[in-house]
Amino acid sequence: MKKAIVLGALALALTSTTAYADTSDKRIALSNNYAGNSWRQAMLTSWETVTGPAVEQGIVAAADAFTTAENQATEQAAQIQNMILQGYDAIVVNAASPTALNGAIKEACDAGITVVSFDGIVTEPCAWRIAVDFQGMGRKEVEFLAEKLPEGGRLLEIRGLAGVSVDDEIHAGIEAAMAENSQFEIVGSVNGDWAQDVAQRAVAGILPSLPEDIVGVVTQGGDGYGAAQAFLAAGRPLPIIIMGNREDELTFWKQQKDESGYETYSVSIAPGVSTLAFWVAQQILDGVEVPKDLVVPLVEVTQDNLEEMLEQTAAGSVTNVEYSLEDAQAVIADAS
Amino acid sequence: MRGFLSADRIRMLVPAASLTVLLIAVFWLQPRAMSYTGLNLLFNLAVPIALATIAQMLIMMVNDLDLSIGTFVSFVACVTATFLQTDPVIGVLILAGCIGVYAGMGVIIHLRNLPSIVVTLGMSFVWGGLAVLILPSPGGTAPDWVRWLMTSRPPLVPMAIVASVLIAVVGHLIVMRSSFGVVLRGVGGNERSVARAGWSIVRARAAAYALAGLFAVLAGICLVGLTTSADANIATRYTLLAIAGVILGGGEFTGGRVSPIGAVIGALTLTLAGSFLSFLRISPDWQIGAQGAILILVLALRLLLNRREQAEQAK
Repeated sequence: MKKAIVLGALALALTSTTAYADTSDKRIALSNNYAGNSWRQAMLTSWETVTGPAVEQGIVAAADAFTTAENQATEQAAQIQNMILQGYDAIVVNAASPTALNGAIKEACDAGITVVSFDGIVTEPCAWRIAVDFQGMGRKEVEFLAEKLPEGGRLLEIRGLAGVSVDDEIHAGIEAAMAENSQFEIVGSVNGDWAQDVAQRAVAGILPSLPEDIVGVVTQGGDGYGAAQAFLAAGRPLPIIIMGNREDELTFWKQQKDESGYETYSVSIAPGVSTLAFWVAQQILDGVEVPKDLVVPLVEVTQDNLEEMLEQTAAGSVTNVEYSLEDAQAVIADAS
Repeated sequence: MRGFLSADRIRMLVPAASLTVLLIAVFWLQPRAMSYTGLNLLFNLAVPIALATIAQMLIMMVNDLDLSIGTFVSFVACVTATFLQTDPVIGVLILAGCIGVYAGMGVIIHLRNLPSIVVTLGMSFVWGGLAVLILPSPGGTAPDWVRWLMTSRPPLVPMAIVASVLIAVVGHLIVMRSSFGVVLRGVGGNERSVARAGWSIVRARAAAYALAGLFAVLAGICLVGLTTSADANIATRYTLLAIAGVILGGGEFTGGRVSPIGAVIGALTLTLAGSFLSFLRISPDWQIGAQGAILILVLALRLLLNRREQAEQAK
């Protein structure tokens, strides 16, 4: 299966290299609603690193990034309307709201502009959507544990911020996978709010009421390091805590791996997904038939590539991957 | 000559002049904006802001301040995208009820002598909570007639401009030309003398709040017409935008000194300032600062004029 995808991507790459020139006069804009955390900062930096050379090589004429000052949907709608006036050929958007930008996005589509939404996707049917498969993330966590611990055991679940759809989705994925792996049982669940300090407090609070033989902790990212600290502080053996590609989590994992051969698994999505959206937009402008719904590839850190991935992770940030044209073509081929 | 260029005149001219200067700058940066579609794209999102600004102006006119406009408009947007679309009768009843609540707010603030900032800040959480209850996740659909209205293409002049002029004229007629408006401004200027003249201050304040509620309801409906759907936080920035719009347009926090035409111009100026900075390609890190700088610039001009005015009066 994987081979087929790679071959397919290769074939696509070969056939479309000649079509590069077709987008050399096209201008792409990034409409971003927020730049106030390390993930978004990394997202913007990746955009610069990848689109800079693309513009220099003449693949596209321009790739300008715009961020709204206040993270408000109405402000971003105005920003998109300005981009229509500025005559961009494609708009890549990380949306403040899945619905509140629809009017502006419709205006852009009506003006003949290609709109590609990613991460924060929009529901307007004329736009493309590059969505994160959060359910898949939850499923992968349980699948890893099932592989590592065939005899099963008791698990602790750390959830995210209550009432946010991402938390529901990841949890649904974990639940679905649990149904297929009856050897596991979730004996406790806390909200870690995707923050190490919150997770540490929450886990420390529930630990005394839990049996000694917790074998694994399923998480949502940003909470693994805090959970580990809580286990260590309680003097308990460290279970397999799934990590979420945060720098502190990976550093801790590396430390434990070097000391005691600790094994776990880490998964999240890369801020560089903005560059994937860039290439998808370029491909659409190039005339490639692209399905409206695409899925962001998950970035997985395993025992083998831990050191390598840690190098791609800036201090206080998340493991980043910058996507190439070939990656985008593989994602497109995957979906069609 | 001196009579023509009196400080009061200039004070009203400053907002119009700043809008003109900005507009020329935008046209120079982006000639494409100088067209029917261009003007509409520049200004259509200013229409709900203009309505919210008039609402805020009506409250400021009676010396109060409404910190709940943004969440209230968001709530109205949620009602518009849900009830007003599926059960128009219930939708209209809810919105009418909201205007009633606004009038009630005015009565309570007056009778209990409460600071309006505290009451409206409290109400902002109520509206925010109700909005989340109605629309827990972003969605809903704009009623067809609202969508039709906001995407209509009148001949020659784009919808955004027609609507702005209409809002300004209606606001002007109510506030500056009707006896009702004179009483309301009088409440802000000198409450006691209005009461002594035999007017009921409670009723005046309730009317001002109800009218503000009506304009805020219109703002929410127009906003949904533009966005096609709503979410519970869609308009939270309107609170501060509306206050800034009133002040930019020559209004004052106290004394019943307001100008509906100025308020609409203020709202348009604020919207245009964002586009201007975006066309200038100022880095996002500097945009908040630059927006602030434009505000400070215009307000500094205002302060200078105020000084001159005082000097004139002292003579």
